[in-house]
Amino acid sequence: MKLPRWFHQFGSPPYVYRLADRLCPWLGGLGGALLAVGAVWGLAFAPPDYQQGESARIIYIHPQTAYIGMMAYVVMAVASAIGYVWRLKLAHAVAVSAAPIGAWFTFCALFTGAVWGRPTWGTYWQWGDPRIMFEALLLFLFLGYLALREAFDDRDKADRVTAILAVVGVVNIPIVHYSVEWWNSLHQTSTLLAEGGPAMTTDMLIPFLIMVAAFTLTFYWLLLRRLQAEIVEREGDARWIRELVGEGAR
Amino acid sequence: MGAFNAVFSRDLRVAFRRWSELAHPLIFFSIVVTLFPLALSPTAAQLREVGVGVLWVATLLSSLLALDGLFRGDAEDGTLEQLLLSPVSTTVAVYAKVTAHALVTLVPLICLVPLSAYTFNIPAAALPTLVLALLLATPTLTVLVGLGAALTVGLRRGGSIVGLLVLPLTSPLLIFGTRATDLSMNGEPAAAPLFLLAALAVLAVSLGPLAIAAAVKVGIE
Repeated sequence: MKLPRWFHQFGSPPYVYRLADRLCPWLGGLGGALLAVGAVWGLAFAPPDYQQGESARIIYIHPQTAYIGMMAYVVMAVASAIGYVWRLKLAHAVAVSAAPIGAWFTFCALFTGAVWGRPTWGTYWQWGDPRIMFEALLLFLFLGYLALREAFDDRDKADRVTAILAVVGVVNIPIVHYSVEWWNSLHQTSTLLAEGGPAMTTDMLIPFLIMVAAFTLTFYWLLLRRLQAEIVEREGDARWIRELVGEGAR
Repeated sequence: MGAFNAVFSRDLRVAFRRWSELAHPLIFFSIVVTLFPLALSPTAAQLREVGVGVLWVATLLSSLLALDGLFRGDAEDGTLEQLLLSPVSTTVAVYAKVTAHALVTLVPLICLVPLSAYTFNIPAAALPTLVLALLLATPTLTVLVGLGAALTVGLRRGGSIVGLLVLPLTSPLLIFGTRATDLSMNGEPAAAPLFLLAALAVLAVSLGPLAIAAAVKVGIE
């Protein structure tokens, strides 16, 4: 398969490194600003829930972390597939960069869920709850991916072997998701994607969506920063990096 | 088909010449199954409640034990390399190896299950469903185990990491399998989870060997 030119450029580490340099201030700045606005609005000004009271404010943090965790897995798997099929080293670098972020956000989803679960469900952890189980399994998939990477000495081989694992995992994710859904759930169903539009009033929906946008931008900012570090590590001897570092030193 | 038969029968021959290794997963299974009642010191009713889950988890854990032998021996003595260099399709060779592996490791395990189920007071009426669910889960489990072996074939010691990779992926098997048996223990129809297990088996058998073959190729390079 022949690659179009715009795609080709994304295979060039210096190009991507500089692109990331240009994008990062925007992603980081906008993400940080939205994070501040959404957090203050959601935690201080949005109305409390009529049933759950103040503890419902977790909805401005917890669903977003869970969503970023899953998105990180998809980014990792798509990048892995691209890297495997076209032997694009940079795509592998993206996958490697996404994995720890995904693992961390998945952990945060579990943690914030547990903190919220204590006052609301009366327990930090409920074995057998589908979403908790799904998130835990997702975390294990991330950890397995990272562990497999660590085990290889040869980076090229590690890239391609873990790519296969990531792609198999993405096939498995909907299966795991629906299989755990089969249990009786304690977890509430989706509020945003409910039948007949979001089951939230506008004054709660707006900060919720601001937080979704903020988390998404922050995720991509983190991803690009990690990617830059990964590129420097992989291309450490290349001339353009020496020049880059030389410039920085002066 | 000729290539399939050749690899398949060779793998069976090699396996049967190492009798003792074949017994390892079976012994491990028996030990795990023995440890649970020791840890729980349960009544007969409690045993029946946890029995199905214990048997399934023990089966999954035991299937991991034999997995290292699937590709490692052949990778070390160069057989696998020759197989990849030969005109035979790697996917066909992988099919043959994985099928032979399932036959010599998983099927004997499943034969042990009804006996252990009896000791856990699981009603005899539920045994056919239990065994059927295990048999339907076997192709998927074999593919996952094969994938774990293939992903770690390039490592000097893959043993400790394989569990991390394979076990999370086996969770749907565990859920559907135990649900089928639970339903039939309560006298309800267990068709739905069994169909789902069968669907997973079809998916695994059609796509799995491609992924395993790809992983073996990368690992051997």
